[in-house]
Amino acid sequence: MLSIVDIDRGTPAVKSDKQVTLEIDGRSIRVPEGTSVMRAASQAGINIPKLCATDMLDAFGSCRLCLVEIEGRKGYPASCTTPVTEGMKVSTQTSKLADIRRGVMELYISDHPLDCLTCPANGHCELQDMAGVVGLREVRYGYDGENHVFAKTKEGDVNPHFAPKDESNPYFTFDPSKCIVCSRCVRACDEVQGTFALTIQGRGFESKVSASQDNAFLDSECVSCGACVQACPTATLSENTLIERGQAEHSIVTTCAYCGVGCSFRAEMKGEEIVRMVPNKDGHANHGHSCVKGRFAIGYATHPDRINTPMIRQKISDPWRIVSWDEAIAHVAGEFKRLQAKYGKFSIGGITSSRCTNEETYLVQKLVRAGFGNNNVDTCARVCHSPTGYGLKSTMGESAGTQDFDSIEYTDVVLVIGANPTDAHPVFGSQMKQRLRAGAKLIVIDPRRIDLVRTPHIKADYHLKLRPGTNVAMLNALAHVIVTEGLVDEDFVAARCEQLAFEKWRAFVAQENHSPEAMEAETGVPAAMIRGAARLYATGGNAAIYYGLGVTEHSQGSTAVMGIANLAMATGNIGREGVGVNPLRGQNNVQGSCDMGSFPHEFTGYRHVGDPVVRASFEAAWGVHLHDEPGLRIPNMFEAAIDGSFKGLYIEGEDIAQSDPNTQHVTAALEAMECVVVQDLFLNETAKFAHVFLPGCSFLEKDGTFINAERRISRVRKVMEPKNGYADWEVTQWLANAMGYPMNYQHPSEIMDEIARLTPTFHAVSFEKIDRLGSIQWPCNEEHPEGTPVMHVGEFVRGKGRFMLTEYVPTSEKVNATYPLILTTGRILSQYNVGAQTRRTANVMWHDEDRLEIHPHDAEERGISEDDWVGIESRAGQTVLRARISERMQPGVVYTTFHFPGSGANVITTENSDWATNCPEYKVTAVQVTRVNQPSEWQKRYQAFTQTQQALLDAAETS
Amino acid sequence: MNIERLVAMVNDIGRYFAAEPDEALGVAGIADHLKRFWEPGMRKQIVAHLAAGGEGLEPLAKKGVGRLAEIDGKLHA
Repeated sequence: MLSIVDIDRGTPAVKSDKQVTLEIDGRSIRVPEGTSVMRAASQAGINIPKLCATDMLDAFGSCRLCLVEIEGRKGYPASCTTPVTEGMKVSTQTSKLADIRRGVMELYISDHPLDCLTCPANGHCELQDMAGVVGLREVRYGYDGENHVFAKTKEGDVNPHFAPKDESNPYFTFDPSKCIVCSRCVRACDEVQGTFALTIQGRGFESKVSASQDNAFLDSECVSCGACVQACPTATLSENTLIERGQAEHSIVTTCAYCGVGCSFRAEMKGEEIVRMVPNKDGHANHGHSCVKGRFAIGYATHPDRINTPMIRQKISDPWRIVSWDEAIAHVAGEFKRLQAKYGKFSIGGITSSRCTNEETYLVQKLVRAGFGNNNVDTCARVCHSPTGYGLKSTMGESAGTQDFDSIEYTDVVLVIGANPTDAHPVFGSQMKQRLRAGAKLIVIDPRRIDLVRTPHIKADYHLKLRPGTNVAMLNALAHVIVTEGLVDEDFVAARCEQLAFEKWRAFVAQENHSPEAMEAETGVPAAMIRGAARLYATGGNAAIYYGLGVTEHSQGSTAVMGIANLAMATGNIGREGVGVNPLRGQNNVQGSCDMGSFPHEFTGYRHVGDPVVRASFEAAWGVHLHDEPGLRIPNMFEAAIDGSFKGLYIEGEDIAQSDPNTQHVTAALEAMECVVVQDLFLNETAKFAHVFLPGCSFLEKDGTFINAERRISRVRKVMEPKNGYADWEVTQWLANAMGYPMNYQHPSEIMDEIARLTPTFHAVSFEKIDRLGSIQWPCNEEHPEGTPVMHVGEFVRGKGRFMLTEYVPTSEKVNATYPLILTTGRILSQYNVGAQTRRTANVMWHDEDRLEIHPHDAEERGISEDDWVGIESRAGQTVLRARISERMQPGVVYTTFHFPGSGANVITTENSDWATNCPEYKVTAVQVTRVNQPSEWQKRYQAFTQTQQALLDAAETS
Repeated sequence: MNIERLVAMVNDIGRYFAAEPDEALGVAGIADHLKRFWEPGMRKQIVAHLAAGGEGLEPLAKKGVGRLAEIDGKLHA
């Protein structure tokens, strides 16, 4: 079922410079050439009856309901498949058309249940609407003949055409008895999602929708994106929440709080209850598509595990005490002031999160800088995309991706490195697949055979299956080919880049030790393949690089980002549509949390705290003296806590005890602190080490903005009241006031107004403008009043592009006899990061435990079979997971996801980090894997500790 | 803070700047990086470690920290 508020124009919008004028029912209308008659009519306010057409999908022309008459043409062409022509005269309502349509509807209804009053689609069923529109009054054929409606025939025999409901998917129900075989679900799966899981099986009256090889939906290839459910015109595919709750009565546009794609959704509501989430067709990032997380996995917001009252305790071995907000805030302020008095001004700090809105993040860093009087504030981008900020700022002058997602429509060569878009950024993954199916070439650089390498109708031209930790060697080898084979875009470089830096870089990468042949032993990739890929990237037309945490989370993460920027500059693939450098951000607001000045060394808009002019502007606005030196980064905070100089931490929306590397080191740091304050929805892993718990609220309960991977600022809108009583920004403001630093915002829009005043790249941003335009890509200021889809057009943000030298330095995390395998980590479609949200939804039906993926060869050597328990040991720690034997891995490399805390993936990862930003080297850990028959010592301790903490929570008492 | 960790971090930075053919630029790069991104307490600690012999610091990193000591000294003087 479509959104209750969307207008469906039947066929997709067409882009064309040429306009065509035609007449429909006497009305003149001008539309772009290539538009269908159906869409043109809709734009003229004339609704032609339809069933198989919807504007998310290409015209299909099967239902025969949208027939029209066109002057000078024979017969009754389908308006969905007929393009407009100049001067065309169309009649949409004639007595002949009425007869035909009624006849068509009569046939449909003769094989459709007449249970409209009790049907989930009642009120928004397109079949019901069309029956009304055509004036169907009787069905002459009766209902007794062959049908798909009833389980038994009239004679009481089993009806061979009948299929019972498929309720295997936890989120939607497939009821074949209501199916009109319009193929909209099948086409949505193909065209929108690109999974090709659905098909129409059989011919004629035997035709039916089938998932994979007539499997149950859950067992099929279906990825549960819900595009089919949205496309279905009847109740054949319906959300279970719609079946349970009935039709929504209002709809509010908001932004998804999962990955960095930042999909726009319509929350369809009944009062304060969400009936369903429908991706917004007008959403600039997602154009009406979504994934299983965004559309369906929102149940965590009302999960019983949520804690909605503040709690405090003296020691982490004490039971929690439920207290009032007043007492909790006074306690935190008292403790922080006590710590600063005893251990000094720099002994406390704050951590903000990509899960927070911009306004919340901004307030946390303001509280730290202005209220605490130090710069000890950091954000979780430290552990994911901090190298992107560093690398892109150094080379091009701005810490952000260069394009919008739609830019890929103009891309000829897609280079994906260290990213797995179909799992981690699924909606953009689908858009990328659409472009690849339309003919763009694909280069994948990844140690694992990610789905994109071979997926229906897509095959990578090159999969450079490199060894983990050799990205820089690979990028240098690609650059070597480009430079030595004369593939540099000399005109671009001469006009747009610093000449001296370029010459130095050219000489550097031209050295023989960077050639693909010389690097073959390091990367493990045949030189000829690297040469081929480099030639394709440099000469294949518009080439765009998409990268993720497989690039940044390395000891050379920043170097690799600079290497990527070098490649794009050298080939002139910057500054127009279809090209660019595109970091795929892991979380919804990674970009925003970085933009908001939550790194310890910089204010909003990436301006260093040491810059006296910038600092003065903040001092004037905030009315305090500000510290001019960088503060502690998250890993530095841990070190400082362990050595006793860092004692108090305010953490909003981040779960460092699970997400940060070397868990035992992190928990030792938390245990060494005297006041750990966690503001979150749940008693997460970090909160188990906390002294104060401040309940947070979900994205559904507050106003604000998120910024996605395209620098797109979108509104988060409150659809229900905060369950904890206060929006998170109000809690931070309260704490600031209690600390003695006054804040008095009445609404998050006032916070954005302040951000805009103080940040040159945000000068022209306001809630009012975002509401008006739908979304805005920064920079948005006097020069770009409506935002900037593509950056570095004509000139780099820093003026001239700067090539940086990128020496390959092998990681110190090397395999040896003790630890002969390399562990690398990643994400899976159905789960999200630490899993705090998705683990509390039915998404666990797809992934209920983290597994160790291991190549058959490595498994056989160790006597490991599928499902065996295996111990994974590194120099940091040991954990135990079940094995999954997989040829996606290369021999010597093992892989796991990290969505379940008990898996202890980060017990194994080390504190090795990116040289420039301390972003942890999650992607390379030397390990040994052995068959075991019991959990690791850490897991046993973790289990016991978790049980104790749960008991202390259950024992929480109201004082 | 754990000085071995700080030493390892400076060495990592040093290895990046080792690619710079003009060593003076590399040394300045290391010092500038530390100045811009390291919290003053950490800088003080690594400078003190250098003064005490700089055990574990690689040659270029050592020079970088030495240069940092000059910058920080000047500012704090």
